[in-house]
Amino acid sequence: MYSFEPTEEQQMLLEAVGRYAENDLRPAGHDAEEDGALPEKIVRLGWEMGVLQASVPEAYGGFGERSAVTGVLAMEEMAFGDLAGTLAVNVPSLFVMPILLVGSEEQKQEYIPPVIEMDWQPYTAALIEYALDFDPLEPKTTAKAEGDSYVLTGEKAFVPYAKESDALIVYANLDGNTQGFIVPKGVAGLSVGEEAEKLMSLNALPTYRVMLDGVKVPKANRLGGENGHDFEPVLASMRLAQSAMAIGVAKAAFEYSRDYAKEREVFGVKVAQKQAIAFMLAEMATEIEAIRMLTWEAAWKLDVGKENAYKDAYLAATGAADMAMMVTDRAVQILGGYGYIREYPVEMWMRNGRGFAMLTGLAIV
Amino acid sequence: MSIEFEIPKPIAQQQFVLKTVAEEMMRSVSRQLDEEEHLIPYSYIEFMHAAMRATGAGSLAPRAKATKEVDESKPKRPPIGYQLLAHMLEMLSWGDVGMYLVTPGGGLGAAAVEAAASPEQKQKFLARFGEEKPTFAAMCMTEPGAGSDTSAIKTTAVLDEKTNEWVINGEKIFVTAGHKSMIPDEKFGVGFIVVWASIDPSAGRAGMRGFVVEAGTPGVSVTKLEHKLGIRASDTAAISLVDARVPFENVLGSPTVEKQTQKGFKKAMATFDATRPLVAATGLGVARAALEFVQEKLTESGIEIRYGLPRNKLTNIEREVIDMEIMLRSAWLMVIKAVWMADNGKPNALESSMSKVKAGDVSTKVTQKAVELMGPLGYSREFLLEKWFRDAKITDIYEGTGQINRLVVARQILGYGGKELR
Repeated sequence: MYSFEPTEEQQMLLEAVGRYAENDLRPAGHDAEEDGALPEKIVRLGWEMGVLQASVPEAYGGFGERSAVTGVLAMEEMAFGDLAGTLAVNVPSLFVMPILLVGSEEQKQEYIPPVIEMDWQPYTAALIEYALDFDPLEPKTTAKAEGDSYVLTGEKAFVPYAKESDALIVYANLDGNTQGFIVPKGVAGLSVGEEAEKLMSLNALPTYRVMLDGVKVPKANRLGGENGHDFEPVLASMRLAQSAMAIGVAKAAFEYSRDYAKEREVFGVKVAQKQAIAFMLAEMATEIEAIRMLTWEAAWKLDVGKENAYKDAYLAATGAADMAMMVTDRAVQILGGYGYIREYPVEMWMRNGRGFAMLTGLAIV
Repeated sequence: MSIEFEIPKPIAQQQFVLKTVAEEMMRSVSRQLDEEEHLIPYSYIEFMHAAMRATGAGSLAPRAKATKEVDESKPKRPPIGYQLLAHMLEMLSWGDVGMYLVTPGGGLGAAAVEAAASPEQKQKFLARFGEEKPTFAAMCMTEPGAGSDTSAIKTTAVLDEKTNEWVINGEKIFVTAGHKSMIPDEKFGVGFIVVWASIDPSAGRAGMRGFVVEAGTPGVSVTKLEHKLGIRASDTAAISLVDARVPFENVLGSPTVEKQTQKGFKKAMATFDATRPLVAATGLGVARAALEFVQEKLTESGIEIRYGLPRNKLTNIEREVIDMEIMLRSAWLMVIKAVWMADNGKPNALESSMSKVKAGDVSTKVTQKAVELMGPLGYSREFLLEKWFRDAKITDIYEGTGQINRLVVARQILGYGGKELR
């Protein structure tokens, strides 16, 4: 059966997240971007919305079950408030979700409850590498078996809260397959860049380079245990988070420019009454809805284990990156000169918008 | 409720059958019907008529009330009529959209009656579609000087009180299936057209009404059959009405002009809310045919699409094919959402028009791109790809051009009426 209405539980979660996005994240987002930091109490408040907790079964300290559909709905809603804030709030997911998805039973019991049962605390993951041809399926960071250990060598980039995190998952190339390894803070050979990285946007999200110089972790720390894991479900869940956030940011830019166009007078009418602007807005709304449908379907396929779910998540993320760029660019255009001024939020959304093409691995549902 | 994308079982079963029809009965004669414009595919028409009569699928003919006891204890199945129709149209158009347009059952003419007529009128005018012979009906809206701007219609209907008949005068063009609806053919039943005319030109849109004009009415003539870029199996007629007299009871809706209302016009527009996603579905069927052709040919040539690769590592062909897939699937899901809303009685003017905007773009872009990617294979009439390119373009024109639908979407999202956004 086809159906396009969230469940009652999903609606309740969305209402809470929506209020947080509108009342807390959005008002803080602009200054956080300018100042390069988001007040920690806002991050903690976001964590209390329980998006991740609702995805984790009771056995591991949560109160729900994992649903990619719920995840994409919540991520869109939160990113509508602010992208950097959404990424910050959900950083612990980068550590918990892969363990929940493909970790061994021991790993789930050992690592998930301490994160999920506490206040927000940074646990992170390192996927991206600083190379123009970076491919999550072929990372240059390597893992080699050596006795009872794996030895990790390479360099990771854009790792959120790397400095503050007690542990992280590092994705490395083991015999041609991308595998995750749980790496605790302070092991020999692991170092984090001194300075936070400087990106085109996301100034409020501290991200760091992470260097791995022969980092030795026990074999038991390989995600999934002895035989490792399939990376595809992890990657697909990252891509879905990316699509959902792209939709949220695009929706923010669309609504802001729509409202502006209804206020702004030109030649004796509102600028929205000009077809040149009205048609742009109509196309923005249409593209947002198109990618939302694609994302929902891919998430649903992932949840019910349909064939092609991974491919569809890839298509959704690919389409979402283009859509977000198109919509945010037009939002800037509709505001004209004001669109270019940092006092207004749309230029930040345009910088956010460009990021979706390369930020796989900064969030997961 | 929840978010789900499982194709309902009855639809999946129907699709299985329709795919065979599309492959066996449509694709096999597609080229011939394109080359020999206006050739009538009798065997397809008769087959579809028999099938629709047997199953009731896709037919607007009123059905006898079911006498079966309704089991109250069983949960009611959600309605899927429009969803079924959207899938059906997509699959038939994947076969051949020109042929789909000559599927009997009343088309837009019957849809207009269904949307605007009284129960008695529906019984009277729609019953014929369930009879032995396949029968056609058509919608006459467009005039030489009134396309998207339907309020500019000049055709008039004046009540002759002596005979209690409407006297209709005017000229209608671009009437899909106009010829099959009005010109006698021993293999077909007697059809009709629904002519949109004004009963009071000073009242503007409030004066607009639909009139059922039966085939054989004196004063009505088919004056021209258009030659088109594509969908050549479908007859597009010009119809002239000179003092054409129809009975009083053939008017759809109220016979008088109510003050300050646009009920008549709004009824015509309501027809479009229901039919736009369906027309969108036909365009997407053509686009899917084109995309599948491209994928087959690439596979034959040993070219693999490496899904999952970062965007900047893909070849141009890979990027194009991936983008086509994204466009096509997302447009299709928008159609599904719009018809799902229609089935569930949710107002869908926005979703319906958005799906049409998207499908108009997607069907033209995908087929254009497909021809480009296939090079000489795309341009040659040896394959059907060049035909699909020509067929697809109509999606962005009929049932509201892409621009009109953008206007509808814009008004919806801005909360504007025709006064604020012209």
